[in-house]
Amino acid sequence: MTAGEETLALFGGILAVLTAASLIGFLLARRQPAGNPSPVIENLNARIRAWWVMVALIGVAVALGKPGVIVLFALASFAALREFVTLTPTRRGDHYALAASFFVVLPIQYYLVWIEWYGLFSIFIPVYVFLLLPMVAALRGDTTHFMTRIAEQQWGLMIAVFCLSHVPALLTLPIPGFEGRKVLLVAFLVLVVQASDVLQYVWGKLFGRHKIAPLLSPSKTVEGFLGGVLSATALGAALWWLTPFSPIHAALMALVITIMGFCGGLVMSAIKRDRGVKDWGWMIEGHGGMLDRVDSVIFAAPVFFHLTRYWWTV
Amino acid sequence: MTQLQSLTPAMTASIVTGLARLVTGVRGNWQGSLPDPRPRIYFANHRSHGDFVLIWTVLPRALRRATRPVAAADYWARGGIRGFFGRNVFDAVLVEREAASRDKDPTLPLLAALDAGNSLILFPEGTRNTSEAPLLSFKSGLYRLARQRPEVELIPVWIDNLNRVMPKGEFVPVPLLCTVTFGAPVALAEGEGSIAFRERSRAALLALAPNDAAAP
Repeated sequence: MTAGEETLALFGGILAVLTAASLIGFLLARRQPAGNPSPVIENLNARIRAWWVMVALIGVAVALGKPGVIVLFALASFAALREFVTLTPTRRGDHYALAASFFVVLPIQYYLVWIEWYGLFSIFIPVYVFLLLPMVAALRGDTTHFMTRIAEQQWGLMIAVFCLSHVPALLTLPIPGFEGRKVLLVAFLVLVVQASDVLQYVWGKLFGRHKIAPLLSPSKTVEGFLGGVLSATALGAALWWLTPFSPIHAALMALVITIMGFCGGLVMSAIKRDRGVKDWGWMIEGHGGMLDRVDSVIFAAPVFFHLTRYWWTV
Repeated sequence: MTQLQSLTPAMTASIVTGLARLVTGVRGNWQGSLPDPRPRIYFANHRSHGDFVLIWTVLPRALRRATRPVAAADYWARGGIRGFFGRNVFDAVLVEREAASRDKDPTLPLLAALDAGNSLILFPEGTRNTSEAPLLSFKSGLYRLARQRPEVELIPVWIDNLNRVMPKGEFVPVPLLCTVTFGAPVALAEGEGSIAFRERSRAALLALAPNDAAAP
């Protein structure tokens, strides 16, 4: 198959799954007594509707190629960073540093993806921003909780911008024999990790009994975790034809990124717990905020990027 | 030309509310009341020049044009861009803040706007709050309006986080999520005095603030 045919086959499959999901959601909602809808089913249908929008956006981005994917993830980073900083106790003295995070650091990071300068892309935020941003904050002269403030800003940039930018950075990897098809690697990563989230939700709702981390997240269960990770790994193996991997390698990659995604979800839940909120925001109906949706991708993307880069690039 | 003149403020208004959404992702929480086309007074905390725009952004589009901010004449009635926004885009009802420069009762234009079917957005603190306190004490305007128009609903509106987006004296906004929370209407009780009412309506507004808002 050519890249175009593979993309069409992939999106055809996704649309079929979404259509089936919408149909199931509709039938479940109709089974409820009139005037007394179940909140779980209402939320399920809101989630499915939001998935249609998200798949449409990703479809447009993939159709536009590299610029589309870079702009989409830059906007996702913007929304994610906005949610993160909103829940961070900032002070007046952080204003320049915060404005620079949004309007200087974020665009530069994605510009580095655009010009494919891997050397600077991979150290810009961890080294240069890490050193420069505290200076900007220090020059404002407010020392209250200084260490905490700069640490939280750096962490927010690492999570919302640096890690997430590794998704479009997949387009820059020189993989022999895979030219012109790299956008499928983005599709593989996003699809497997998001499918793992959905499958964990489905397995958990159907068979969940034993809470895996009751202090962090009341909805995550052992059954949901095992069922979700294993079925998403099987899905990843079945999608090996999208990637430069063999079926076995595709399964191993899928296993690694789904486990990273699951643990990333726990980390982000711990922060939400500490801040006393259920969701990061309200951007995506039924799901919460951008960070609620992409938390697993954030933790999976850099690992997926580097494993692929180490073993499959020249 | 007249068409263009009337179109420009409407377009400018859409651009302003669109920008407000882009930067703040603002969400309206209709906690104690629902949108209603009857004349109302929305009274809100005031920390930023953008406060009014944020309330406007979360109102249903159909209610926006008829909902007018009460603004200080000494600031918004000047010429140039400020005057264009104050008069044409926001259609503000202007009041004289300084008692010395008043030649008539400052509530008269407000009552006229209510009688014409408009809703008002009022900041009863009378000025932007730049202190550490979450909310300043109220001026008497709200009480006087409540006495003269007892049938008009008074809705407390808490604007959260906008002061972090654009603190006083800063020029670049930091994008942060904001919320606008609408509470249950507060009515003037039988025989209630100005001071008691001002305290009670202030408490009703403060009760809408999220827990962390009180702490700096």
